[in-house]
Amino acid sequence: MTDTINAGITHGLYTEGEPIADTKAPAGPIAQMWTTRRFEAALVNPANRRKLDVIIVGTGLAGGSAAATLGEAGYNVKSFCFQDSPRRAHSIAAQGGINAAKNYKEDGDSVYRLFYDTVKGGDYRSRETNVYRLAEVSANIIDQCVAQGVPFARDYGGLLDNRSFGGVQVSRTFYARGQTGQQLLIGAYQALERQVAAGTVTTYTRHEMLEIVVVDGRARGIIVRDLVTGEIETHLADAVVLASGGYGNVFFLSTNAMGSNVTASWRAHRKGAYMANPCFTQIHPTCIPVSGEHQSKLTLMSESLRNDGRIWVPKNREDCDKDPRDIPEEDRDYYLERIYPSYGNLVPRDIASRQAKNVCDEGRGVGPKVGDFRRGVYLDFADAIERLGKAAVSEKYGNLFDMYARITGEDPYTVPMRIYPAVHYVMGGLWVDYDLQSSIPGLFVAGEANYSDHGANRLGASALMQGLADGYFVLPNTIRDYLAKGPFEPLSADHPEVVAARRSVESRTERLLAINGERSVDSFHRELGQVMWEYCGMERSEEGLLKAIDLIRGLREEFWRNVRVLGAGDTLNQSLERAGRVADFLELGELMCIDALHRRESCGSHFRVESQTEDGEALRHDDEYAYVAAWESTGGDGFGELGTPVLHKEDLVYEAIQLKQRSYK
Amino acid sequence: MAVTGLVFVAFVLLHMYGNLKALWGEESFNTYAEHLRTIGEPMLPYRGLLYVTEAVLVLSLVGHVYAAYTLWSRAGNARRTKYEAVKRASRTAWMRWGGTFLLLFLVWHLLQFSIVKFSVNSAKQGPDIQQNPYALLVASFQVPWNTLIYVLAMVALALHLSHGVFSASQTLGLTGTAAAYRRAKLVGHAVAAVVVIGFLLPPLAILFGIIK
Amino acid sequence: MNLTLKIWRQPGPRHRGSMQTYKVTDISEDMSFLEMLDILNEQLNAKGEEPIAFDSDCREGICGSCGLMISGKAHGPERTTTCQLHMRSFTDGEVITIEPWRANAFPVIKDLVVDRSAFDRIIQAGGYISVNTGSAPEANAAPVPKQHAERAFMAAECIGCGACVAACPNASAMLFMGAKVTHLSELPQGQPERDARVVSMVEQHDHEGFGGCTNVGACSQACPKGIPQDVISTLNKDLRTALRR
Repeated sequence: MTDTINAGITHGLYTEGEPIADTKAPAGPIAQMWTTRRFEAALVNPANRRKLDVIIVGTGLAGGSAAATLGEAGYNVKSFCFQDSPRRAHSIAAQGGINAAKNYKEDGDSVYRLFYDTVKGGDYRSRETNVYRLAEVSANIIDQCVAQGVPFARDYGGLLDNRSFGGVQVSRTFYARGQTGQQLLIGAYQALERQVAAGTVTTYTRHEMLEIVVVDGRARGIIVRDLVTGEIETHLADAVVLASGGYGNVFFLSTNAMGSNVTASWRAHRKGAYMANPCFTQIHPTCIPVSGEHQSKLTLMSESLRNDGRIWVPKNREDCDKDPRDIPEEDRDYYLERIYPSYGNLVPRDIASRQAKNVCDEGRGVGPKVGDFRRGVYLDFADAIERLGKAAVSEKYGNLFDMYARITGEDPYTVPMRIYPAVHYVMGGLWVDYDLQSSIPGLFVAGEANYSDHGANRLGASALMQGLADGYFVLPNTIRDYLAKGPFEPLSADHPEVVAARRSVESRTERLLAINGERSVDSFHRELGQVMWEYCGMERSEEGLLKAIDLIRGLREEFWRNVRVLGAGDTLNQSLERAGRVADFLELGELMCIDALHRRESCGSHFRVESQTEDGEALRHDDEYAYVAAWESTGGDGFGELGTPVLHKEDLVYEAIQLKQRSYK
Repeated sequence: MAVTGLVFVAFVLLHMYGNLKALWGEESFNTYAEHLRTIGEPMLPYRGLLYVTEAVLVLSLVGHVYAAYTLWSRAGNARRTKYEAVKRASRTAWMRWGGTFLLLFLVWHLLQFSIVKFSVNSAKQGPDIQQNPYALLVASFQVPWNTLIYVLAMVALALHLSHGVFSASQTLGLTGTAAAYRRAKLVGHAVAAVVVIGFLLPPLAILFGIIK
Repeated sequence: MNLTLKIWRQPGPRHRGSMQTYKVTDISEDMSFLEMLDILNEQLNAKGEEPIAFDSDCREGICGSCGLMISGKAHGPERTTTCQLHMRSFTDGEVITIEPWRANAFPVIKDLVVDRSAFDRIIQAGGYISVNTGSAPEANAAPVPKQHAERAFMAAECIGCGACVAACPNASAMLFMGAKVTHLSELPQGQPERDARVVSMVEQHDHEGFGGCTNVGACSQACPKGIPQDVISTLNKDLRTALRR
């Protein structure tokens, strides 16, 4: 059992507030809830819809699909993205596929099984009512996407093909080669552009949301910067939807896009929206390792590689810089096969990732030295090539091998690949209720930006499902219940709250440009990333997290004193854009560490050294931590000063599913 | 562009076929030339079909040049700032400058053999030469610099055709599969090769004294 | 390796630009091209010079944000995106010119950043299938023969980076448009709007000021996804059919 005194409380890092009593899920059996909710949600007269303004931030799967759907319904939608086109949102980079309970293979899949797998995969830290609904609408997503022309893989009969993905035992993953995210996003993007042509949606590209406008307790608009002209603009509406993605870039190196950031979510958090389970980060085991200090981002390779590749490191440290082909069999340590004989190389993502870190920490990593360590392990296809032949291996993995060769300059057919874990996805995000409404009325959150469906770990091929479920089917139904109360009282741009929000954006921008210190934005970001990766990554300890909090505070203080942002505010200024994002990451990082510190259990993707079984496996504590940690922001000045966050617990009640401890030995 | 281009492809193939008659001697060539003027008689007047053909060709030429000019000026407007890095001449440049050269050549060629009918061979002048197509042909190509003009023109034509035939198929939408696409490229090269070899045989044979 | 870079600098859309020369030293072969520019930018920042603006986002070759004309070639010497180009494709001492995409339909915003919103407007003109959320039939109701599904997929791989326009001697966007038309024309779902789509997309394309196609194929050669020129033929055929009706 764990200590009863929590380190976070004792160090005065946070206080505990009222628990969250109601998630607004309707009463009744779980299978009926969504039908009930849709029926109970108030309707909006079609003639009134065009008088209702909805702002949507982000144009990925969730934001793009929500904007298109609300536009089709006739609302007046404004869609914002910082990229030069809605089609560039980072959903585009998802490779593997999208789950749906279609049961086309007649292999025993069902809505309930997808629901069950998702809750179990999330290590029982997600809200079951939301997850059930996700599984329920999953099949509609496929219908919708096919109708839009998404070119899913098909079999020779012309029907849709499925594969099994991420260790589940049914084939429910729909895919478009390794570009499923791209194809789904282009589908949503085209639907969105169709509404632009129809006049229901206006797109604002190269616009970044920098503040939210809350008036009389309701979200009523946003303040954005036009990234081309530098102009600060006010946009007001009856409801605001954030679909601005995840914040994995707090780690600097991640598989996220360079521009992916937390700013929209974080600004909302600072204005009253709770941030839930911020420390829940998914780390993907099969990425291409860092090649040097210059590295700007990491590239993921499909996990399917672990089906045929064998993972190993040298037994002896002295062998680490040798050509791997010269290391004899008896000097190799196939550590996953050794520790987990029954699952071997196919253990879940978090275990594969953590063990890779462990062997590298022991000094047995391979590849180039970055800092003091070599960060990489071998993924060897020699056996597979001998068993299946080079042609068969190439057929299965050719495109991945090509990608690897292009990035590293090495030929994986002859030299073992090197892989290392990288941050890939965040399960944490803004807290939402059953309606995807945050703790600020009128502010809705969809996709990776909300925390709702993946608990402490996400199943493969479920991110795309969640983004599109939220955007096409859930949000358009729940938001209408809110909009039916509108249109709200018209606001003028000189309302004191609007002026204050705008003024705060202007003063931050002015301040960032005025500091004119010594260090570049990137150098702060890189250092923050190292702290987060070291202490708030795969393995966390009380000591490490307390240290990280200190380091982050120091770094944040230095940032606001010593950052150098050149150029002006009235033009395209990429340093200024990054500076604003990094300033928010520096605040988020601290909250993530506080969240990780308070959750003294190992669960999902997240391993706490103080909470392990005798043989070193993750140990969950359902008696103490079966809740969502929703953090409320207090105080702070917007220039790096953070107040003391308040923890609100939402107890996780499982009625449709029984809690179980997992084992992969 | 594609349709008018294909008219010219058909025309040069026929023209080449006619020229090859020169290899079979004066009578064969001149009979053929005369026959061109009497096709369709008495339904058509003397030179009737030839007038029609000439009209179609002139219209095609106007259309072809106009379309080329439009594309050229659109391209100029579509990229007003050029790249700094020097690139090797593109196929488009070949088509445009090659096409311009072919146009100038056409004027020379028509003046020489059709409109004015003059001999560039100082040793062979007079009405006997000018009124006898075969004699004019032989006289003209015995002059090396004249033959050189024709060789250069045929190289330009080859380049123009090898892209043009493919390009026309592409514009007409006939190359919608990978196989059809490869076929069109191949046909383009083949037509270019056939036309150029066919056209150059008589002049070179004359220049090297095989035909006298 | 050490390199000389000649880079287009332009402070804003209405300013005049010029080529500037920079030196970078100690560049590792394993760096990506954009990481090399990141390093140059860090150096410029340290010297108090404003960094060079360029677009990039996913850096995995799929989002289509990045795109530079590198020594006269769109995305540089390899068939890939600029972000996936690595310094091992260059030699020590090389002089590299770096320019933005040049097309009047892609005006320069700053330095190497251009405005490609013309592509969005071409899609708005008809690059979609009209189906409202909720009105879709069951996904397997309309089988798609595998070869059609595969050609649709091949065309749908377009990432909208604009390299086709940049490489085209006419600055034409026919490959971009042909890819979208082919993607949707190959599928049964795309048939009802097939005629109207191609006509209005081509109208929009011409209206944006892109050049005409002369079937040169520089677009396909520059396309990081290798989209073949035959998609343009499909567009032409669809256009001809549509105009005849």
